[in-house]
Amino acid sequence: MAGFNKVVNSYGEAMAGLEDNMTVIAGGFGLCGIPEGLIKEIKNKGTTGLTVVSNNCGVDGFGLGILLEDKQIHKMVASYVGENALFEQQLLSGELEVELTPQGTLAEKMRAGGAGIPAFYTATGVGTVVAEGKDIKQFAGRDYVLEPSIVGDFAIVKAWKADRYGNCIYRHTAMNFNPMAATAGKITVVEAEEIVEPGELEPSQIHTPGIYVQRVIQGQFEKRIEKRTVRGA
Amino acid sequence: MALTREQTAQRVAQELRDGYYVNLGIGIPTLVANFVPKGIDVMLQSENGLLGMGEYPLEAQVDADMINAGKETVTARTGAAIFNSAESFAMIRGGHVDLTVLGAFEVDQNGNIASWMIPGKLVKGMGGAMDLVAGAKNIICTMTHASKHGDSKLLTQCSLPLTGVACINKVITDLALLEIKDGAFHLLERAPGVSVEEIKAKTQGKLICPEQVPEMQF
Repeated sequence: MAGFNKVVNSYGEAMAGLEDNMTVIAGGFGLCGIPEGLIKEIKNKGTTGLTVVSNNCGVDGFGLGILLEDKQIHKMVASYVGENALFEQQLLSGELEVELTPQGTLAEKMRAGGAGIPAFYTATGVGTVVAEGKDIKQFAGRDYVLEPSIVGDFAIVKAWKADRYGNCIYRHTAMNFNPMAATAGKITVVEAEEIVEPGELEPSQIHTPGIYVQRVIQGQFEKRIEKRTVRGA
Repeated sequence: MALTREQTAQRVAQELRDGYYVNLGIGIPTLVANFVPKGIDVMLQSENGLLGMGEYPLEAQVDADMINAGKETVTARTGAAIFNSAESFAMIRGGHVDLTVLGAFEVDQNGNIASWMIPGKLVKGMGGAMDLVAGAKNIICTMTHASKHGDSKLLTQCSLPLTGVACINKVITDLALLEIKDGAFHLLERAPGVSVEEIKAKTQGKLICPEQVPEMQF
């Protein structure tokens, strides 16, 4: 096989090298666009002391929420963690540390981390607890806070279609944080709904170029819906 | 009579202009979408990466990959665009969204807003609210004028942890429409049948009232 074949055939291979106390960046928004199988593999592997960076922490019993069951997460970096009773319990008991980060700042921390930018200034959070202890600088008369970017030992990403070179496209709003997460992992693992032949994805339509991706695995997804809202016919 | 949540949303909707890109927060702001005035077209931005949010889907259209920032299943309208979270917040942080409507626990006379955290209660997170208030050029804050216990939410100084500083310029409550400028709330309209005295009694911050305060028109 050529050196660009990134497809692995087992979840064990997909997450090989993940060790205790590492940082894992995970794509997804709520339960939408989450790498379900890779999360389950982390649970099965039993890795602990993890710092997990993701917009949310799943729900009880699904998504990143399952990593709380055996207390595998030491620290969670997220913008909103409201949907999870176990999370609340571990937070209140002091077993879990949380760094609440504004959603846009979180996305930019991943983007900047992947783009080799160590920190950036933003107006978001100035004058709030988020900016406490951080450098403030004025540009054109307005205050901005210096936010460090994030790089993960691993990034776990959910794609709709990927080819074996690691090129990915995402489907609808299941895109969310996945493209930024993909750039910000030292080892980026993509779990795809479908693996297609190279050339099937139109080059100009690719969301994540394969250069960011080290491993690709074919996934099986439940795609649980968090809030099913419908209108009458 | 104080406005219902729907009536408050309806008054907020009168602030929409044709061609606006609008972000609506959770709660009363979400209801604003139901009252877009006839003859104007607005594009709703949902910060998880959707510009041109449509209606809730029919049962047969429900798609786990198609949600809004409240994690509800939605559809995309004609002309919608879908993008990643960094792009979404580039729109917000870069000031490209014409109007943001969001709820709050408290607003003060200097335009500070507290909407995400009550000490002693569980902190769930700010989501995108801090980015929205820092980035939007035009923000309407909508909420009830006072708490269930009668405590004013329009204050001299916010008592809860802030979401943003000096960023709110308009407040629409169940009692009144007010503008915030020069360190005071300026009463511009009152809900039909609500007296200026009641608004004064329920506004703890500095309130400036003209001689005549017109009633809201629906």
